Amino acid sequence: MQSDELTQRVLRIIAETQRKDPAQVTIDSSFEELGIDSMDGVNIVFALENEFDINVPDEEVKSIRSVRDMVDGVTRLVQMRQSSGDAPGDTAAAAS
Amino acid sequence: MRRVVVTGIGVVCGLGRNREEFEAGLRAGRCGVGPITNIECLDLRFRSGAEVKCFDANDHFSPKEADMIDRFAQFSVVAAREAVVQSGIEWTSDLRESTAIVTGSCVGGQSTENQGFWDVYKMGKTRVHPMTIPKTMANAGASAISQEFGITGPAFTISTACSSSAHAIGQAFSMVRSGMSDVALTGGSEAPFSYGILKAWEAMRVISPTVCRPFSKDRNGMVLGEGAAMLVLEEMDHALARGAKPLAEIAGFGMSSDAHHITQPSAEGAAKAVRMALKDAGIAPEQIGYVNAHGTGTTVNDTTETRAMHLAFGDHAKRLAISSTKAMHGHTLGAAGAIESAAAILSLASGILPPTIHFNEPDPECDLDYIPNCARRADIEYALSSSFAFGGLNAVVALRRF
Repeated sequence: MQSDELTQRVLRIIAETQRKDPAQVTIDSSFEELGIDSMDGVNIVFALENEFDINVPDEEVKSIRSVRDMVDGVTRLVQMRQSSGDAPGDTAAAAS
Repeated sequence: MRRVVVTGIGVVCGLGRNREEFEAGLRAGRCGVGPITNIECLDLRFRSGAEVKCFDANDHFSPKEADMIDRFAQFSVVAAREAVVQSGIEWTSDLRESTAIVTGSCVGGQSTENQGFWDVYKMGKTRVHPMTIPKTMANAGASAISQEFGITGPAFTISTACSSSAHAIGQAFSMVRSGMSDVALTGGSEAPFSYGILKAWEAMRVISPTVCRPFSKDRNGMVLGEGAAMLVLEEMDHALARGAKPLAEIAGFGMSSDAHHITQPSAEGAAKAVRMALKDAGIAPEQIGYVNAHGTGTTVNDTTETRAMHLAFGDHAKRLAISSTKAMHGHTLGAAGAIESAAAILSLASGILPPTIHFNEPDPECDLDYIPNCARRADIEYALSSSFAFGGLNAVVALRRF
């Protein structure tokens, strides 16, 4: 259920935060190929949260291993936000 | 070379408001972590912290004195007073002139700074309190201690994140060993509970929403704490000549830098600091019986630290008793090295090793003896206290029973 537009935005954010040529970042790129470590991952998620007005729970961040995981995760959280039609994310639920 | 002993310890932290409460808490395996009460944290992903309970500055300072220093510096003075009382030191003018003060703090007077910034950014005020700068500076603790006792010798503060007070102890140890000072007051303090700094920790995604479970397979992060510990270090003959009873000897100190990553630890860097501490103390790995670990309870720290213990100790790693007391008093950042060195010294003196509480399940990648959940009696001659900071700056204090 990924839209091309959403995927392109995620790829752009990853390239921007990692200061990489956008051509290098594809949906099939692994973090290893891109040289993304865990702190980079947290920084990218921060940028994605701002870009898409979502909140990503800590537990989900730990399981992200690839660009595709990020696109899938953002897609799901954006859909959740749209279907709840209300304030972003699930921070309160994640903290309880 | 001159030998350096510890003749006094003062502690104030989430596990106890003084040394006695702290030691009782360590032995009982009590958890000093609970819901953060001093600030509102409604929109944070975590609520847990190890606050110093029922701390009223007016119990320790005149109202005017309390107004002049931030909570973190108040902790410094309270801990220093307790350490000095235990040491039995009587201040002469010569001693005041030569005594050193070396403190550690990572974030200094954050709650004061936050209040000032909140006033201008959020409340639209046009001025902040004139004491904001002097209350925020990280050396305010060292300055307050010097004023408290009229000490006019060398005094300064070291800020190396979570290794700050371990580096401070190492520096004070060098100064006493070298003959620069006969006595040093050293340790660290921290009071990091303010909204801005908690939001910053939340952003790093390393804080547990529940409790800190170092080395346990189901660990899910660290828990922050506040407090201070101060030690009186003294040249051994100076202490014995005045009839003082040393609590332990500082046997050696080791430090290293990872040259690796701003947040990810390196097993080799940590192992090097351990080796340097052993070398400085002139002892073999097999002589160490207990390690008070850095043990933050994050996935990466605890596995990396375990690998470091294997690298530094070889076969002896399996025979070491290791615990992280952070599960009880939280991660007190710049005060951690001092509070944990105090815990290790008390353990050497009493023969009771503190446990790693909240330990549920062994992790194949953390395959050593972490003293799970219950304190243990042990006849230990040498112990280490390890601190491994963000930025890859490592400091290890080697301690000997006296």
